[in-house]
Amino acid sequence: MTARPLSAAALSPGFSDPVHQGQQVFRSVMMALSRPGRLTAIDAAGIQPPAPLTPALAAMALALADYDTPLWLDPALARVDAVGQFLKFHTGAPVVTSPLEATFALVSDARTLPALSSFALGTLEYPDRSTTLLIGVDSFTGGKAVTLTGPGIETTQPLRVSPVPVTFWDQAEDNTRLFPRGVDMVFAAGNEIVGLPRSTSITRSEA
Amino acid sequence: MTAVAITETEGEYNFAYLDEQTKRMIRRAILKGIAIPGYQVPFAAREMPMPYGWGTGGVQVTAAVLGREDTLKVIDQGSDDTTNAVAIRGFFEKTAQVKTTSATKDATIIQTRHRIPEKELTEDQILVFQVPIPEPLRFLEPRETETRKMHALEEYGLMHVKLYEDIAHHGRIATTYAYPVKVADRYVMDPSPTPKFDNPKIDNMKALQLYGAGREKRIYAIPPYTKVKSLDFDDHPFEVQKFDKPCGLCGARHVYLDEVVLDDQGGRMFVCSDSDYCEERRAEGHVGDMAANPAASHLAGKSSGAAKTEAGE
Repeated sequence: MTARPLSAAALSPGFSDPVHQGQQVFRSVMMALSRPGRLTAIDAAGIQPPAPLTPALAAMALALADYDTPLWLDPALARVDAVGQFLKFHTGAPVVTSPLEATFALVSDARTLPALSSFALGTLEYPDRSTTLLIGVDSFTGGKAVTLTGPGIETTQPLRVSPVPVTFWDQAEDNTRLFPRGVDMVFAAGNEIVGLPRSTSITRSEA
Repeated sequence: MTAVAITETEGEYNFAYLDEQTKRMIRRAILKGIAIPGYQVPFAAREMPMPYGWGTGGVQVTAAVLGREDTLKVIDQGSDDTTNAVAIRGFFEKTAQVKTTSATKDATIIQTRHRIPEKELTEDQILVFQVPIPEPLRFLEPRETETRKMHALEEYGLMHVKLYEDIAHHGRIATTYAYPVKVADRYVMDPSPTPKFDNPKIDNMKALQLYGAGREKRIYAIPPYTKVKSLDFDDHPFEVQKFDKPCGLCGARHVYLDEVVLDDQGGRMFVCSDSDYCEERRAEGHVGDMAANPAASHLAGKSSGAAKTEAGE
């Protein structure tokens, strides 16, 4: 490990009450993944992660990651030393450079999201050995409209996510086709999150 | 030392007993389970302060999802006042200081052993099952390496052979509990030893279902609104058992009934297995044909005691 001293930003506050805040954030993520496409509130109050890591992304990482779960950071996050230090300080999770090795991937700039197939997709025998992507976006109002169906959705569920790469929805459809393999995604904008697990089928509302 | 000192010692357990790293590990397994409905996610189940077979898997799942604001209901074979339910409810009253209830409608989390409440659950509720043997193929193929491969390849022919043998021997599918289901057209899953009467409730349920097997170290899940089909054949479609008589206490039809022996003269009656449902109906004024029977009124009086159970002081 590097011997560089930790910056003040790296030691900035995480959960003030890890037991209960961790539980609440987990419940939000659980509800988001069990009802794909539906906006779910997440309480990240008090968390002051170094930019460009957002409070919602940081809250999910702090609630779910520990020494057992390698983290992959997107280039925008990896560029800032304090982000990796903040996450290591609060979670103890190792930061890896290969997306294939990651249990969780943190993405702050969704436009530069790498191909979904570059992450761990699990195997047919162990589909759970896959990466969960935590992706920061700007809003759930802009961008292409898609319609979701599948487990967790009563009839159909509309969804917009902005921004995403041009080929994102093609990749997401491919990801669903891999089922039971594939990655699971949780998008975060402000204090809302949306789950998009591998089990969800996607149809483009307009061409 | 006084009782106060003892309370303080007990207060030193982490919230809901488990340490935070264990909860995170279980939580991650739950998220995978939700994303892959019906797939059994391996997890590092801990030893709990109760023996295997008493719901250690369900308890660990409940401990991982439970929050301060939750209201917990625990049932064992439909009843809130049997040993297993009372012990687990007491465990969480002590270690998490959460509210508990026996009213299905008031609960946010319901931990259950072998029944699903008769009252339809809502989107805001979570149903946690205690599972003894999570692998539906285990009695057909003892090797984990093989059953894992069968799930991977969606090779479920053996399960249909088993059901077919039932038909060959008995003229019908004789499996009455732990009746295998197919979740979202992919994984064959064991819905834990609930009577097959409850299988239709699992299909398209509004509540999230989480299944925990402590000894076998597996967690699996069914998200809300998920297609769950009980395995059957075109010429032998799945059907649930029917009861000739309604509940002796509350007169409910189309519910699962328990047989209760009343005396040594062959006296018996059938009552709702879901004690909360039965109490609620009796409170609404429904009366079964056995309710006036002295032995039966004793039975009704005893079970209504559970309604008074509240959070520990």
